[in-house]
Amino acid sequence: MSVTLQDRVGKPWRKPHFISNPFLRWGLIIATVIYLILAIGSLEVSWERVYLGLERGWRFIVGFSQPDFISRWPDIYEGMIESVIMTITSTIVGIAISIPIALGAASNIAPLPVYLICRGIISISRALNEIIVAILLVAIFGFGPLAGFLTLSFATIGFLAKLLAEDIEDMNKSQAEAIRSTGASWLQWVNFGVQPQVMPRLIGLSIYRLDINFRESAVLGLVGAGGIGATLNTAFDRYEFDTVAAILIMIIVTVMALEFISGNIRARVQ
Amino acid sequence: MPTRINSKNVKVWQVRDRNGQLLRWAMWMTAAILFYLSWMKISAETTWYFFFDAPRIAADIGTRAFPPRWEYITSLGKPIWDTFNIATLGTVIALVIAVPVAFLAAQNTTPKIPLHPWAVGFIPPFVRKFIMTTTGEDVYSAGLIRPFALLVIVSSRSINSLIWALLLVSIVGPGVFAGLLAISIRSIGFCAKLLYEAIEEIDATQVEAIRATGASGWQVMVYGIVPQILPAFAGIAVFRWDINIRESTVLGLVGAGGIGLQLQGSLNILAWPQVSLILVVILVAVILGEWISAKVRAAII
Repeated sequence: MSVTLQDRVGKPWRKPHFISNPFLRWGLIIATVIYLILAIGSLEVSWERVYLGLERGWRFIVGFSQPDFISRWPDIYEGMIESVIMTITSTIVGIAISIPIALGAASNIAPLPVYLICRGIISISRALNEIIVAILLVAIFGFGPLAGFLTLSFATIGFLAKLLAEDIEDMNKSQAEAIRSTGASWLQWVNFGVQPQVMPRLIGLSIYRLDINFRESAVLGLVGAGGIGATLNTAFDRYEFDTVAAILIMIIVTVMALEFISGNIRARVQ
Repeated sequence: MPTRINSKNVKVWQVRDRNGQLLRWAMWMTAAILFYLSWMKISAETTWYFFFDAPRIAADIGTRAFPPRWEYITSLGKPIWDTFNIATLGTVIALVIAVPVAFLAAQNTTPKIPLHPWAVGFIPPFVRKFIMTTTGEDVYSAGLIRPFALLVIVSSRSINSLIWALLLVSIVGPGVFAGLLAISIRSIGFCAKLLYEAIEEIDATQVEAIRATGASGWQVMVYGIVPQILPAFAGIAVFRWDINIRESTVLGLVGAGGIGLQLQGSLNILAWPQVSLILVVILVAVILGEWISAKVRAAII
């Protein structure tokens, strides 16, 4: 700061630049502009097609004001039931598998080889997109809710085990130590020293995951893995926008109800 | 402390009292029955022959898919570029829209314009009650702007980007543009939600200090609020960009452009070596995206 007060007097204050190095600043601006030009240039929007589609978009919006639950009700009902059962079973199985993996992936509990294996499983599950897993599982196990169930269980592991392992790593050591000092076995130590500390978080995460699994189960049907997505896809293909609106309303209402319930339960246990 | 008397007439400690124990058993029982019923339904819809045949099929697909057809990568350049553009431009568009929505949705920055009693009469009572319970404010005094902003956020968030893509493909036609719009619409809710939570957590004294200098509303915004949420904003932007990279790789499955289109094409003609190459490319893209976003977030925070 070699600027003296004398130099400053009489000149208004100016906001300092966000990036002080002018070369870096202008370089970034120019690079951004070039990227935007290139990217937008490669978009290839056919405005006539968009214009034609606007009428369809309008019919979709109108469909929301008069959703048609009745004419495709058997399909909608079947799809919703399938989505719900996929959600329930995959969440339960996913949690059951996640807990041992989370114990193995907590660096303060598990020995190094176990830690590495469990972290590996978690990374694989997190890196693979649900839809891609579903495509592969549909190819292997055939169409139907079984493939969807397996996909969601697999995806649950990556989510739940990672977050639970982080919570176990953050636990209070002295409480666990107190249990161990009573001469508890390893299982008793986990059950009375670790589990009570992470239980609120585990319940919260499980309910949150139930919520996510339902949302995901709504799209798995697009690739043939069962659930309401298949019905939705058919309705879109046939341009039956009133049925589409009915299905979307059902999904949104279910998701909002689940979110409301899960928010309440999480607020209560935490 | 809950205790019980055992067979030798000695008091012993137990974890829960009788009612707690019964309640837990009832909950486990319900969960078990639910699971059993659901599983029966899945089982009924499954051809178990295919299930037991699965290891053979998996091995078969595995041998067909390996080795990946590496020379096919030359025709993947444009799809990868498209995928990257869908994710990046989609995030940019979403942020541009999410910022005003977030300011309208945040408790401390939303403009509260009381409704005229005459206008309140048009709102059905159950809607009014619903708004009251979800936002904690009566429309009569707080107006409808905040409930509307929250509605935008919820509806954008509760529909998956693939469903948005399906819809937009049927409206604007297949291609990158539909994917771009789907990603942006889906990201608005996510970004706006996290951003308005950040706005609600700002330090009010700093805003007060700027206001005390006689600053106008916009000046308070620029010098009092924006500097406080800028780190959160950058974090949200990069986080969403990372998610969008993942999602844009599969949008092509419904015809919305990007590398998913190639994946769908290869799957349809059962060209497994191409499929495995595309999966490898997607995996690399996802890991790169996560790495970049982790680096940027570490640099900001």
